[in-house]
Amino acid sequence: MSTLLSVNKLETFRSHLNKTKIGFSNGILENAESFLNQTDFPTTKVEDWKYTRLNKISGIQPSNDTTLDTDVILDYDLGKETFKFIFQNGVLCSSSDANLPEGLTILPLEDCTQEQLASIPYQDNNELFVALNTFYCSSGLYIEVKKNTVVNKTIHIHHIVSGENMVNHVKHFINCGTSSNCNIILTFISGEAKNCMSNVLTNVVVGENAKLNIDKLQLENDGNYGVFNELTEIYANANFTLNTITLGGTLIRNNVHAEIKGQNVECNLNGAYLLKGSAHVDNHTLIEHQVPNCNSNELYKGVMDDKSTGVFNGKVIVHKDAQKTNAFQSNANVLLSKDATINTKPELEIYADDVKCSHGSTTGQLDENAIFYLRARGVSEASARQLLVQAFIEDVLEKIEDENVVNCIHNELSERLGWSFN
Amino acid sequence: MLTIKNLHASINGKEILKGLNLEVKAGEVHAIMGPNGAGKSTLASVLAGKEDYEITEGSVTFDGKDLLDLETEDRAREGLFLAFQYPVEIPGVSNVNFLRTAINEIREYRGEEAISAKDFMALVREKSALVELDSKLATRSVNEGFSGGEKKRNEIFQMAMLEPKLAILDETDSGLDIDALRIVANGVNKLKSPKNATVVITHYQRLLDYIVPDVVHVLYDGKIVKSGPKELALELEEKGYDWIKSEVEAG
Ligand SMILES: Nc1ncnc2c1ncn2[C@@H]1O[C@H](COP(=O)(O)OP(=O)(O)O)[C@@H](O)[C@H]1O
Ligand SMILES: [Mg+2]
Repeated sequence: MSTLLSVNKLETFRSHLNKTKIGFSNGILENAESFLNQTDFPTTKVEDWKYTRLNKISGIQPSNDTTLDTDVILDYDLGKETFKFIFQNGVLCSSSDANLPEGLTILPLEDCTQEQLASIPYQDNNELFVALNTFYCSSGLYIEVKKNTVVNKTIHIHHIVSGENMVNHVKHFINCGTSSNCNIILTFISGEAKNCMSNVLTNVVVGENAKLNIDKLQLENDGNYGVFNELTEIYANANFTLNTITLGGTLIRNNVHAEIKGQNVECNLNGAYLLKGSAHVDNHTLIEHQVPNCNSNELYKGVMDDKSTGVFNGKVIVHKDAQKTNAFQSNANVLLSKDATINTKPELEIYADDVKCSHGSTTGQLDENAIFYLRARGVSEASARQLLVQAFIEDVLEKIEDENVVNCIHNELSERLGWSFN
Repeated sequence: MLTIKNLHASINGKEILKGLNLEVKAGEVHAIMGPNGAGKSTLASVLAGKEDYEITEGSVTFDGKDLLDLETEDRAREGLFLAFQYPVEIPGVSNVNFLRTAINEIREYRGEEAISAKDFMALVREKSALVELDSKLATRSVNEGFSGGEKKRNEIFQMAMLEPKLAILDETDSGLDIDALRIVANGVNKLKSPKNATVVITHYQRLLDYIVPDVVHVLYDGKIVKSGPKELALELEEKGYDWIKSEVEAG
């Protein structure tokens, strides 16, 4: 009965959005549209969304005001020179004017050829936010690192949302050619924005023998939401690292999907989430070992204070042929308040017999005896807690090789959590 | 320096300290001895401000301040130091890192300037040498994977770094071999001055051959039941605590 009466929330949501002007093939757009036409926002009855309610997002009436707030500080300074690109509400509003080196192509999707657009993988739009991302995509970057190219400067893609009820769909494609090497930093801030939602999808191809490192800093504020997809294909002898640091946001969902498609790959997914207030951060990861002799390492750590909620669902699938796989996965959490929550579910599916795999999750509180010990030495309670939380989160942060990124994280931690660093 | 009057403290509704009195003056070394379970560590914890204990009666003044009114960290900042009987391991928190935080917060409390990185490292070198603590241990995570003796030496190292007015050493000697004992005692003796004071809680008279006390107290069933000169320790060792027990019971 009730299903008959209920309105399709997705339909209402979509009625305020503008169809993409990017020249994706008709087939792809039709696919996405027909999927969207017959679906709705998932409820918590759907396993993948069990702990993350989407009513905050489905309740947005997306604004069609396209004027960009010019008072917003667009820049985010990493303290070093980068190839920098800035998106505000899904619009590319600043591009690094430096000459890109030989072998590196960076174009807004709007300026891509049909051929370039067709090279983007994962056009299987059978997932709501992927389909939305395609059908309503406003912009994004096409990044191609040619064979043997070592990009010696970090590519920094900064995303800002501003205003109220602004919904943006950004799609990036990072294609690293054989034996190339590249570092990318993705930053996301929402400043003074209210009730805004970002749907950012990053398609990644790490070619043979290539090395790609992505540091992703999610610095959203209360009252803003985001769904982030990083869909990665990794080929033989390649090395891929994705570090996801999340420090806020009323609802953040990360879907990381890494498909290991060639032998001798190393795939590292690391994550740290430090949440307070009523932040809700959901990390879903899926690593698929499809071939033998690959390593994957996954380390996610979370600290939840106040009424914040963390969700971790990490799945590793070792397919039948993926012998000699080493897959290590760990999720550890600290709850700082009795109202904080974590739902953690590490999942390992192994269909090969000669593999080394381990997974585990822990949830605990800070050691009160340790706090007392530190206080008995003259350290304030706040500093004692900081020292312990820092110690806990350190093994994730130390995976980040870029000092400037670590400094940015420290700055954010001192602003958001009042931490001091000496 | 420290005046404890009629101190009563309980945990989980069970009274452990039952009217304890103690007076420690600057420049003095006091030894507190007593059987297991007498309340020695409880006294140390209560003085350090562990919140699990409820103080039901009595007062403690430390350098003219109401000690019981202060937060744990402020007690430390006022110059109180407790060397724990069972030092905790704190994975990931480096000894020197937290000590620098401690020293700077103590300095801030006292209205002093922060210590420079250079002076701090010089201090670490000087004080770790004093207790013969391997400088590698000084930079490692607090007590993590330390042997029993290393943990105790680390306590004395921290004490040396913080230069307290009053140090309470809770069974710092137990479990130490004679070399470690000598090192620890040496460290304590070198830090002794007319301006500070030390309370050594111990089970064994042996320590008192190295750290010579001005007064020896016997803590029994939550109270100081007997005090005397250093010879009292020898007498206790000889006659055992049963002697005290019968004396107390005889009234
Ligand atoms: N958490 C607790 N709950 C109840 N009793 C306790 C607790 N902790 C210690 N005690 C009791 O307090 C008494 C004194 O212990 P303690 O101060 O450690 O003795 P000592 O250091 O002299 O050996 C013992 O009888 C012990 O069992
Ligand atoms: Mg004891």
